[in-house]
Amino acid sequence: MNEAKIKHALGEKEMIRIEGMHKWYGEFHVLKDINLSVRQGERIVLCGPSGSGKSTTIRCINRLEEHQQGKIIVDDVELTSDLKHVEAIRREVGMVFQHFNLFPHLTVLENCTLAPLWVRKIPKREAEEVAMEYLNRVKIPEQAHKYPGQLSGGQQQRVAIARALCMKPKIMLFDEPTSALDPEMVKEVLDTMIGLAEDGMTMLCVTHEMGFARTVADRVIFMDKGEIVEMADPETFFSSPKSERTKLFLGQILNH
Amino acid sequence: MSTHTFKPSLPPPVMSVGAMGWMRAHLFSNWFNSALTLLALYLVWITIPPIISWALINADWVGDNRDSCTSGGACWVFIKVRLSQFFYGFYPEELRWRVNLTVILAIVGAAPLFIKAMPRKLRYGAAYLLIYPVLAYWLLHGGILGMTLVETSKWGGLMLTLVIAVVGIAGAMPLGILLALGRRSDMPVVRVICVTFIEFWRGVPLITVLFMSSVMLPLFLPEEVNIDKLLRALIAVTLFEAAYVAEVVRGGMQAIPKGQYEAAGAMGLGYWRMMGLVILPQALKLVIPGIVNTFIALFKDTSLVIIIGLFDLFNSIHQATVDPAWLGFATEGYVFAALMFWIFCFSMSRYSMYLERKLDTGHKR
Repeated sequence: MNEAKIKHALGEKEMIRIEGMHKWYGEFHVLKDINLSVRQGERIVLCGPSGSGKSTTIRCINRLEEHQQGKIIVDDVELTSDLKHVEAIRREVGMVFQHFNLFPHLTVLENCTLAPLWVRKIPKREAEEVAMEYLNRVKIPEQAHKYPGQLSGGQQQRVAIARALCMKPKIMLFDEPTSALDPEMVKEVLDTMIGLAEDGMTMLCVTHEMGFARTVADRVIFMDKGEIVEMADPETFFSSPKSERTKLFLGQILNH
Repeated sequence: MSTHTFKPSLPPPVMSVGAMGWMRAHLFSNWFNSALTLLALYLVWITIPPIISWALINADWVGDNRDSCTSGGACWVFIKVRLSQFFYGFYPEELRWRVNLTVILAIVGAAPLFIKAMPRKLRYGAAYLLIYPVLAYWLLHGGILGMTLVETSKWGGLMLTLVIAVVGIAGAMPLGILLALGRRSDMPVVRVICVTFIEFWRGVPLITVLFMSSVMLPLFLPEEVNIDKLLRALIAVTLFEAAYVAEVVRGGMQAIPKGQYEAAGAMGLGYWRMMGLVILPQALKLVIPGIVNTFIALFKDTSLVIIIGLFDLFNSIHQATVDPAWLGFATEGYVFAALMFWIFCFSMSRYSMYLERKLDTGHKR
């Protein structure tokens, strides 16, 4: 991927603020003092070796994981154990998973309209129109009435993206969206995500696709052992990383 | 650069397909299997013809008393004469249209649910589930709005069996689902209550439960409180089966990957919507065989109400076989009982297979 860097303007609004976040799994300290501020329209790529805490970090943002210390503020709402806050934040934050997690008992269209119908309480016809619009955007409107089990991995992941977009989220989280895909299908998903970035979506993406990071990201974050080791714009990050650990990591994933 | 030519698909070798291929593969694949095949054929030969000749060829079908049974085969006259009792028990003859109407209404009322193009199916189904039980009670039991009262002690036969089975299934299903949800709840109090309930009812035999409900319970209740015997049996069966359904449903819920919960949660669905729209539809589909298994067992277990003196299908037949006028025809009676139970249980099993096929969305985990 050598496309020119996608240009865009960042909004003034701070969409996500993470302050001094810590998390433990039992005795194990998985996240250590994470601090991050994300502005509207900003695209952030998180990378790092497995077990570095990058997935856990973004899963804390919509409370699929609970943090035990520190503060997370999403779209001016602080994440606490108050279910109302959690659900309010989840309405505004879309998420795409490594294993798609489409609902296999519902058709593609029903997958896309479920949350708008039951969470946003949008009339059915309107929800279906919105869903078809997004299925068009991810280029699979003809699959609307099929079940997820009948689609390829790449198609399923694109449905998952459309499903998340149907809630008209302000922020999109991607948790290794291309890691479970066959190599031939990675591009179609990445192209969809690039399209999304072009529209100015605020995105946090855990990925090993460094080409994607180079083209799309405003900032690249490198994590290891539960800490943010390095955070920089992609040019600096790839050409002159500061820490030895980052150099080692980049050396391993770029030269194979 | 040369282009690659793909090889054409060829038909499979002749001996592996068709009737001959099937027989070779399944019946005569080696000498041991061939011997077993021949032995099985011999067993069929010595058992089936006598059964057919007893039940059909030498059987007596016409007449109205035991003197008509002379041929030495099965005496179906016995069944024919007592059939209405086997179906309705002691329900007054002139009021049996009410039982028939109840059954017809059940079928007619449920029919639209099986029509694919039916709009507002969910709403119709909910209305049906609310209205039909009231209607059925009014028709069968009466005593209000101009219907003559028919005491439950007069209910019997297949009708009573169906009442117990249908009420048991309709009651145990929702209660079982709630118990399964409760057992997997994050709230310790709810969990402990559900676990206790389930383990208590699973740990005692149904026959004990029925016996306690009819013999022990009245001892503890004040004398003027008199709960209907059938009602007590219905409650006992429902609670007992709910515990089994709960465990089957819980098994299904455990098979749903964590990602489904996460995806539903991440889009802002709360607990009840997550369960009702995402988890339970999948979990219940997975455990259709287990649920139907439970219900088939329930259907057959209804015959245990014999212990508290209710005259269900089996007990009605049993009583008829000890009637002096028909002594000696117990075999016919029990074969008929078995056949009736088999028809209902087999129907349930076929319906579950149909449901599994219909709900299959091609998703393999």
